[in-house]
Amino acid sequence: MAMVQPRTIRARKLGAHLALLGFVSLVVFPLLLVISISFREGNFATGSLIPERFSLEHWALAFGIPWERADGSIVQPPFPVLLWLWNSIKVALVSSLMILALSTTSAYAFARMRFKGKAPILKGMLIFQMFPAVLSLVALYALFDRLGQLVPWLGINTHGSLILASLGAVALHIWTIKGYFESIDGSLEEAAVVDGASTWQAFYHILLPLSVPILMVVFILAFIMSIMEYPMASVLLLDEDKLTLAVGAQQYLADHNQRWGDFAAAAVLSGLPITLVFLLCQRWIVGGLTSGGVKG
Amino acid sequence: MYTANASRGLPRHRSRYPAERYTRWALRALTASLVLATLWLVVAFHLRGQWMFALLFLVLGASLAIVFGKRQLMSHRYIFPALAGMGVFVIFPLLYTIGISFSNYSSSNLLSEERVRAQFLDRTYQAEGLAFDFRLYQDGGQTRLYLETPGAGLEGTRRLASMPLAEAGDGKPLAVRPVEAAPAGEALGLREVIARRDVLEGLTLVTPDGTELRMAGLRRFAPMLPRFESNPDGSLTDRRDGTTLTPDRETGFFVTEDGERLTPGWPVAVGLDNYAKIFTDPDIRGPFLQIFVWTFVFAGLTVAFTLAVGFVLASLLQWEQLRGKAIYRTLLILPYAVPAFISILIFKGMFNQHYGEINLILENVFGISPDWFTDPALARTMLLVVNTWLGYPYMLLLCMGLIQSIPRDLFEASAVDGGGPLTNMFRITLPLILKPLTPLLIAAFAFNFNNFVLIALLTGGKPDILGASTPAGTTDLLVSYTYRIAFQDAGQNFGLAAAIATLIFLMVVGLSLLNLRLSKVKV
Repeated sequence: MAMVQPRTIRARKLGAHLALLGFVSLVVFPLLLVISISFREGNFATGSLIPERFSLEHWALAFGIPWERADGSIVQPPFPVLLWLWNSIKVALVSSLMILALSTTSAYAFARMRFKGKAPILKGMLIFQMFPAVLSLVALYALFDRLGQLVPWLGINTHGSLILASLGAVALHIWTIKGYFESIDGSLEEAAVVDGASTWQAFYHILLPLSVPILMVVFILAFIMSIMEYPMASVLLLDEDKLTLAVGAQQYLADHNQRWGDFAAAAVLSGLPITLVFLLCQRWIVGGLTSGGVKG
Repeated sequence: MYTANASRGLPRHRSRYPAERYTRWALRALTASLVLATLWLVVAFHLRGQWMFALLFLVLGASLAIVFGKRQLMSHRYIFPALAGMGVFVIFPLLYTIGISFSNYSSSNLLSEERVRAQFLDRTYQAEGLAFDFRLYQDGGQTRLYLETPGAGLEGTRRLASMPLAEAGDGKPLAVRPVEAAPAGEALGLREVIARRDVLEGLTLVTPDGTELRMAGLRRFAPMLPRFESNPDGSLTDRRDGTTLTPDRETGFFVTEDGERLTPGWPVAVGLDNYAKIFTDPDIRGPFLQIFVWTFVFAGLTVAFTLAVGFVLASLLQWEQLRGKAIYRTLLILPYAVPAFISILIFKGMFNQHYGEINLILENVFGISPDWFTDPALARTMLLVVNTWLGYPYMLLLCMGLIQSIPRDLFEASAVDGGGPLTNMFRITLPLILKPLTPLLIAAFAFNFNNFVLIALLTGGKPDILGASTPAGTTDLLVSYTYRIAFQDAGQNFGLAAAIATLIFLMVVGLSLLNLRLSKVKV
């Protein structure tokens, strides 16, 4: 192209840059705005992107520290944001480790073994994976309600139930790991088996160490998905101190009691780490996401 | 390499390595304890009459025992945990939901028939005709209740007195004993009785023959008697007026002689009633069809908009001579990196009518202030804008990946023939990436078809459709509509919600089968 139209190329480049810059500013505006609002005084302050009346009130409240206003009144933190964040991380950590364990072992069998029903199971998993959990919430609620009467730590309003319920979403991860396993040559494991290793030993000592990168990717993906899970947590968790961030955060903007400024600080505080993790690992995550599923 | 068959059918030797022997035994012990735990759940659920759950854990425990008990099923041991997870938390809830859709399970038909019957039998009524007059007597700091049947002094008058009130523990029934005369001390006036009203109202008195008495007015205590009596044919007799309640097993309610239904009822199978309601009841069919159409429009337009934005940006970013591509790319996928539940709430604040920045800007520039949350058309526009913001990075990433796989010489050939950038875009790039993109577009369509989080956090389905008998909003998608029928408002109608969920299941199955065929998944 460049050889054919040298004269207009500069104008076109400039145009492309302008268009991109315009679009980028549209995209980034809401994010910058929220950062700005988190530093503004009061809950409904308006103004320019750089706050005119700078205040750390919302940030102190987000960290759970009571804030003393200029007129001497003390404002108590409205919601336990840090506790919610901790709940989210706790649930996400345990459930993504369990998901990783489940999907790695099955991916190994699907990639390396031959057994009855392999193809239908793999296809069936892909189909079942497309059902959103929202649709069977009544059933999940009933299941954990009854289970909780027998095993209290798996009942409604426990983190155990939320962790367990997330174990259904393994099909995508199985497919991702299976694809990676298949790209690794099997001769190393074969050699190990010839030397007397069992299938489990070949898997655990040979294949797993070779697959650390994909295991990291799946772990991070499962972690982020679990942090963002909303429908199941909104039904299974009831008490304020049990909520995860995804369910709790909306209380800032409840219809009757809107705390826009407080929300902004809490949003930046809790959203920033997740965003940074995503951006840092994007090279690996994007491959996993675009090969199969859609992030919510 | 297929290792599973290597030792299949051969006798297993005792391992030479102690560590391996211990591991094997540990695995067996773990399997056995898991099987025992599921068996315990089976028995417990069975004893509670919850046969669905008993069956679930029976299947789970049995398959666990078989898979880990038979050496021929070595490979299945590896896939068992994941399949069990899917089975219990995806497939079982799915089947259970389909099952509910054929019943009238709802907040008014929640408990089993036995529990409902027990609730009716537990009900009591105050037999006013057998009431006692009461007085409070105070004697040296102790207060006692004194009861006597009306018409004092007559033959057969029953007189009862209580223990001192102060000794009565909270909520515990207070015993009263027959006495010959009123207790010592002075009787308190009505004013003091009123002052102690809260305490008195919480009191339950128990006579020696076990009858419970409760306050029935400022001067009276009356006995509480069981209201219903069970008859051999399963009906209940109301002891107050002698009428009978007959259980109607078609509708799942106890019915009075006048045909009036009494709540609570119990769930019964109603066949296709819920499905018939969706398609024939005008108060449900109208909103359902409206939401159905909007769901398709929403998912279709979302895919179209996000694809358009993503494709154009991807085409720009693949231009080799453009500088700063890495920075643009990072900034452009930011909406993808920020957790959705946070960015959706950010937009909820930004579109707010009172303090939202969007209306401030519109007001300053154009002098308008649209009602984003109360006008249906504007609310839908807002949803599409926000969802395009959220969703275009995914399309951008997909398109960038696919554009990179287009052979460069195609563009060179086009340049030689005088093709400009637009020609390249629509004649080369788009046709070439559209085919591999199709299955992913279908997946994106299915995802947005069920985009519950966006609706729940941004509009909650509001503004509501007028005249709907179920909670239904103009911005509701089928999923959020289902969720609202099941979990919002008083009349939680699980049966109807499950019927709609089943219909969505069918549509999703159709979409995913289409997807599997188009993407030619190789297993």
